[in-house]
Amino acid sequence: MILLSSLINGLSLGSIYALIALGYTMVYGIAKMLNFAHGDIIMVGAYVAFFASFSFGLPAIVCIILAIVACVLLGVIIEGLAYKPLRQAPSLSVLITAIGVSYLLQNSSQLLFGSATKIFPSLLGNGSFKFFDGKLSVPYLTILTIVVCVLIIIVLQWFINHTETGRCMRACSEDKGAAQLMGINVNRTISATFAIGSGLAAVAAILLCSMYPSISPTLGSMPGIKAFTAAVFGGIGSIPGAFLGGLLLGLIETFSNVFISAQLSDAIVFTVLIVVLLVKPTGILGKKISEKV
Amino acid sequence: MKTFKKLAVVLFAMMLLVGCSSKTPASDDTAGDEKAFVIGGSGPTTGDYAQYGLAVQHGAEIAVAEINAAEGKELLALAFEDDKSDPEIAVNAFNALMDKNMQISLLATTSGACSAVAPMVQDEGLFGLTPSGSNPAIPTVGSNIFQMCFTDPNQGKASADYIKAAFPDAVVGVIYQNSTDYSKGVYKTFVDEAAVIGLNIAAEASFGDNAASYADQVDAMKNAGCTVVFLPIYYTEAAGILTQAGDYKPTWFGVDGMDGILSGVENFDTSLAEGVYLLTPFSATATDAKTKNFVETYEKNYGETPNQFAADSYDAVYAIYNAIKDQGLTSDMSVSDITAGLIEWFTSKSFDGITGTSVTWDVSGEVSKAPMAVVIQNGEYVLAE
Amino acid sequence: MRYLKSMFSSKNRARTISFLMVIVFYAIIQSAIATRSISSLMKGMMVPLCAYVIAALALNLVVGILGDLSLGQAGFMSVGGYFGATVATLALQHVNNELLVLLIAVLAGALIAAVFGVIIGVPILKLQGDYLAIVTLAFGEIVKTIVSNIYLGFDENGLQFAFVNDTTRLSSTGTMIINGPIGLSGNARISTFTIGIVLVLLTLIIIYNLMYSRQGRAVMAVRDNRIAALSVGVDVSKYKLMAFVVSAALAGAAGAFYCMNYSTVSPAKFDFNTSIMILVYVVLGGLGNMNGTIIATAVLLILPEQLREFKDYRMVIYAIILIAMMIITNNQKCRNVLEKIKDGIAKIFRRKKGAADHE
Repeated sequence: MILLSSLINGLSLGSIYALIALGYTMVYGIAKMLNFAHGDIIMVGAYVAFFASFSFGLPAIVCIILAIVACVLLGVIIEGLAYKPLRQAPSLSVLITAIGVSYLLQNSSQLLFGSATKIFPSLLGNGSFKFFDGKLSVPYLTILTIVVCVLIIIVLQWFINHTETGRCMRACSEDKGAAQLMGINVNRTISATFAIGSGLAAVAAILLCSMYPSISPTLGSMPGIKAFTAAVFGGIGSIPGAFLGGLLLGLIETFSNVFISAQLSDAIVFTVLIVVLLVKPTGILGKKISEKV
Repeated sequence: MKTFKKLAVVLFAMMLLVGCSSKTPASDDTAGDEKAFVIGGSGPTTGDYAQYGLAVQHGAEIAVAEINAAEGKELLALAFEDDKSDPEIAVNAFNALMDKNMQISLLATTSGACSAVAPMVQDEGLFGLTPSGSNPAIPTVGSNIFQMCFTDPNQGKASADYIKAAFPDAVVGVIYQNSTDYSKGVYKTFVDEAAVIGLNIAAEASFGDNAASYADQVDAMKNAGCTVVFLPIYYTEAAGILTQAGDYKPTWFGVDGMDGILSGVENFDTSLAEGVYLLTPFSATATDAKTKNFVETYEKNYGETPNQFAADSYDAVYAIYNAIKDQGLTSDMSVSDITAGLIEWFTSKSFDGITGTSVTWDVSGEVSKAPMAVVIQNGEYVLAE
Repeated sequence: MRYLKSMFSSKNRARTISFLMVIVFYAIIQSAIATRSISSLMKGMMVPLCAYVIAALALNLVVGILGDLSLGQAGFMSVGGYFGATVATLALQHVNNELLVLLIAVLAGALIAAVFGVIIGVPILKLQGDYLAIVTLAFGEIVKTIVSNIYLGFDENGLQFAFVNDTTRLSSTGTMIINGPIGLSGNARISTFTIGIVLVLLTLIIIYNLMYSRQGRAVMAVRDNRIAALSVGVDVSKYKLMAFVVSAALAGAAGAFYCMNYSTVSPAKFDFNTSIMILVYVVLGGLGNMNGTIIATAVLLILPEQLREFKDYRMVIYAIILIAMMIITNNQKCRNVLEKIKDGIAKIFRRKKGAADHE
């Protein structure tokens, strides 16, 4: 029974990692940059939903939409102000800028919202399903998380493969220069990618904070690192890879929490990551990079 | 030639760096001829633990303002620096305070930072009184270092004794935070005392820094069938645990870090805290005049109910004030004379404050005051039997 | 005179400037201390500054010279720091000479970090780019988690060690050296600024010797164009590993030196954020530019402390400065504007100089 409940908990935690990892992976695939501020977008999303519900008493669905809109806007603004001027810059400079943005978001929200922990409102409802005469109880939220994640992945796959913007994205990730020559607006495509990634981060924020309701200005950093790991795990740049990586990471973390030691779970997760990368240096579903002279 | 130019630029930059940071003469212009005593302290006023540092800062600010108003002159001046609860920054904060001519130190707010600063306070020959660094090792650093709050052993022992007496048939569990000195210290002495008095502990669980999920810890308690769960942790983490516990409702039992759970966590459903027991030196709903006055001023100035951090800090400043008055100390005395005078007072006299009456200190600097058991009923702290 | 000329020849210029800069800086600070014209805050930051400079120089060897992104520098500092401090605490029981103990600690820290450098370096130098970055990040996190679970103490009956659950039961005279997540407690504070400067100079000697050796040039060729270099038969895997291990060892030494300056250091100090902070020093100072690293470290470490007056806003200001600097130095438009300003200033100076010459 513990095995089954751990499996379900692991899948739901993994789904959240997968949603965040999608943001990392899409941005990396197209802009070739590690957006370290991605985790902090989650934090902003959580705070927007918190204040919408707590201070203004708005209904849950409005809070969620507000959080998504705010994150999308924030993502696009950050991209336009901080990353766009650095399109030609070396990747390390972009990385440092992303870190600067991350610091900025964390410290500004500390100033604006205070650093004290707040309890996230239960927007998605409580309660749980009971199986096996109540021996196994699975919260609705856990199921909802998994379902939402799977739906989003399916829609996203469709979007990437069958829409105009999706085609532009794939073209840009293949070869930005050639895409531009073919008349694709690269800047707009990158903005769109950031918008989608940040919107997903907002969804992840709602799900994450409904599950673990203590929120503080640094809440995004650890899930951010974990999701980044998940993205690399699955093969960075690949959407199914991010999904798979997220789920695996969530499962490994939950199982080592329950069966080995909660204190060592981070060490175990990262050790598995290293081993996987040594065996498959570009991640589980990563493409083999061919070098050009 | 170009090389030398570059070199010159570099040197110039360095000079600037040193120059702009050179000591600025202290300008403590006070109303009278007499300068104010500079009391310095540090705590996390930004970052993850800012609520604790700010509580200490605010408590001390109120005390200083009241004392100066009563004296009709600026007798005390408070300098408070941010240390982010990080030993490295805490040492920087201490040095920044030394640049402001600190004469009496409130050490640091959190135990870790306090342990880093205490040896420096001792080296400089200052008198140090920490409002909230509860690690028992802190006063042992030197003869100049004193504590205002309970020590961890004190609380762990008292809690075990209380639980044994009040809940004789209970199945007891513990959830503690393994990354803070405070929680580990209380936990250790709780377990030790439990072994001595024959209190059986059915389950133990711990969590580290930045934990988001307490599900596994709560499950461990649930699976062991615990009816009393001892939580030697701070109120923010406790709020998280109570929220995630859902329909599992044992009797939660906290210590002084739990104080603040009713008002310190925004949007926390306080009905979950109904029936929570805590051992604390301070209760914001106490009816004596001193506490009432303090709570009112605090709420007026900072818009929130003070917790035990603020109260201990308020008491610390008043204890120093009483010592200054009784010993006839003046701010133009040498630091070593001030320190000697304060040590003499603290080791021989007793103090009545809002966190305890007839509070005394022993030679090692450890405080002795009685904790009281409080239970939360209808959203208020009520004295337990 | 001839010797002097060779010191400033194009080949040796950077090296000479580095040494001069460090020595002059030391002289300025020491004289400021002697004349009491330096604040306690600045004086107190000199030891951590030296430690961070060493760690940043070592990182620049990997990021700037090898061209590999490492996000685990703090992990090596942690390993070195904790081992070094443990050795020092035990050594202080028998040796009375603080200087000797400090050197032993630093050496021990460097050695253990070098061992970890080999363990990590052999497999990961086969990886490329961001994958290498993520493995070093993972290494840092693993070290942090493991160290947070070590309990080590000693009393008259000898050493006691526990992992994950603290089962050590020391007698009343015993001392805890590593106390799980709380970390080092009761360290002797024996690091000094002078030793720090000596260590910085040693670091510079080691790094410059590596950089300007035959293999060093080969590695830089690989960094600049891997395929071209490989195609003309440059194989540098051995040297790359050596440089990586040296970098790890220097970071370990820096960690030990850092820890011996504080009576308590928690494992969380050496987390991802610290690795990133050191990386920021390196990138802002310029990849492969050791002088830049030293200056960037000094400025960026001291800046937030000097911004104390702004209290709550200082970290926000720091973040904005960071972003602005990156954009200004990398964006072509901003660069053009900067060039124009530079030219303008140069013109004014030239005119002034011209006027002065005429007089």
